[in-house]
Amino acid sequence: MTGTPQGQPLVSMRNIVKTFGDNVVLDGVDLDVYPGEVVVLIGPSGAGKSTLLRCINGLERISSGTIEVDGQQLSYQESAINRIRSRIGMVFQSFNLFPHMTVAQNIMMAQRDVLGRSANEARQRAEDLLGRVGLGEKADAYPDSLSGGQQQRVAIARALAMDPAVMLFDEPTSALDPELVGEVLHVMRELADAGMTMVVVTHEMRFARRAADRVVLMADKQIVEEGTPEQVLDNPTSERGQAFLRQLSEE
Amino acid sequence: MTFFDYFVEYAPLFIEASWVTLRLTAVALVIAMVLGGVIAWMVMSRFGPLRWLGTAYIGLIRGTPLIAQIFVLYFGISEIVKMPAFWAGALALAAHNSAYIAEIFRSGFQAVPKGLVEASRSLGMGRRKTLRRVQAPLALRTTLPVLGNQYIIAVKDSSLVSFIGMTELFQTSRNLQAQNYEPLQMYLMVSIYYLAIVLVLTFVVNRLEHSLSKHRRPVDTPSGGSDRGSLVESGKSEGAE
Repeated sequence: MTGTPQGQPLVSMRNIVKTFGDNVVLDGVDLDVYPGEVVVLIGPSGAGKSTLLRCINGLERISSGTIEVDGQQLSYQESAINRIRSRIGMVFQSFNLFPHMTVAQNIMMAQRDVLGRSANEARQRAEDLLGRVGLGEKADAYPDSLSGGQQQRVAIARALAMDPAVMLFDEPTSALDPELVGEVLHVMRELADAGMTMVVVTHEMRFARRAADRVVLMADKQIVEEGTPEQVLDNPTSERGQAFLRQLSEE
Repeated sequence: MTFFDYFVEYAPLFIEASWVTLRLTAVALVIAMVLGGVIAWMVMSRFGPLRWLGTAYIGLIRGTPLIAQIFVLYFGISEIVKMPAFWAGALALAAHNSAYIAEIFRSGFQAVPKGLVEASRSLGMGRRKTLRRVQAPLALRTTLPVLGNQYIIAVKDSSLVSFIGMTELFQTSRNLQAQNYEPLQMYLMVSIYYLAIVLVLTFVVNRLEHSLSKHRRPVDTPSGGSDRGSLVESGKSEGAE
């Protein structure tokens, strides 16, 4: 992957403003994500990375601006937003597996209820994906019996089962014990290598370096820098970017 | 006559009355669950007037004694139509319990983690599908113990329906003590029947709770190890910063 933009962007955000009450969280952000591209959002906490990500599938409503996903303008009307969301995979920091369902049921639910797949087809797809994330034997386990890393891999499989056009990751490894981070990042890197379009909010700089086509650095409610991992992580030009990376290297 | 003699003699009467009490409570609770669901939905509605109406209903019911509610309903309705005591009692019990059950439902729904709702919505599941597949089943699991408690209260509260002339369990003991002048023995005896019903009910609720919480029991290997496919093995070195 070289990240050369090809064709129409899959996600196109223009002049996004998001406020919570009087509090401005995003202040005029533009972001395009092209098919097959892996975009990694980094930046200090409170910069608005997660909020920007959550705007893409409408979990947060933007205050002004426009968002297009897969050629369609994002609208918050119930059936329209459901249709668009089924095309966007989302992986959360806290996994959010449904505790009353087995691993397989977690992955099958939306395939059946949203895509209308048969039980057999959904089950087959769930098993294939579980194999892919290295959890082939856990289909009938309940989430509570799995480690955090395993739960997150199931969550990735659950999102992939919908055959999404783009995958969003909201700090997918931040809630994990350090020794479990690698297994999740590995699955994500394989996805990236397989050509999946991904937008990832993370603090894992090594992942950004190895998997990102483009790194976007956010600070103070805005995008302050973007480019290849080398450009942004090694030679930041903005003052905010330099300050953030200095802070990182001090840790 | 000893307590035991009375017990044997009156057993058929009390057992028959027990069925009346159970039927009365069961009918009341079925209605109360439906009504309670509607009230809970109103209280959680985004539409102001619905919310206020639901909140007012709960406040009114919780703020007045059940015995008053039974009398008001019984005498109020019999002004308009002739209603059998059974149905007047069942409706009063239903209205009373629905307010408490609505509160139980509401707290159950609000205890469902927001992240799970977001996860479901993110998969393209609509509001109603998310309610049915995620929120309702999880709310039921957390509310079951409290709901069981409410059922137990309802069984015992049904004794108040005796005051509008229903010959249920409690009325039976009242009638008998009026005949034999043994109030202590009769009220002890009826207590045994209530206790037996409550014990059975508790057992059933506990079993239900147990079978619904399968997922709470850890199955095996807490952090895994052997289960990782080869695909993931090599990724370990990638680790944290």
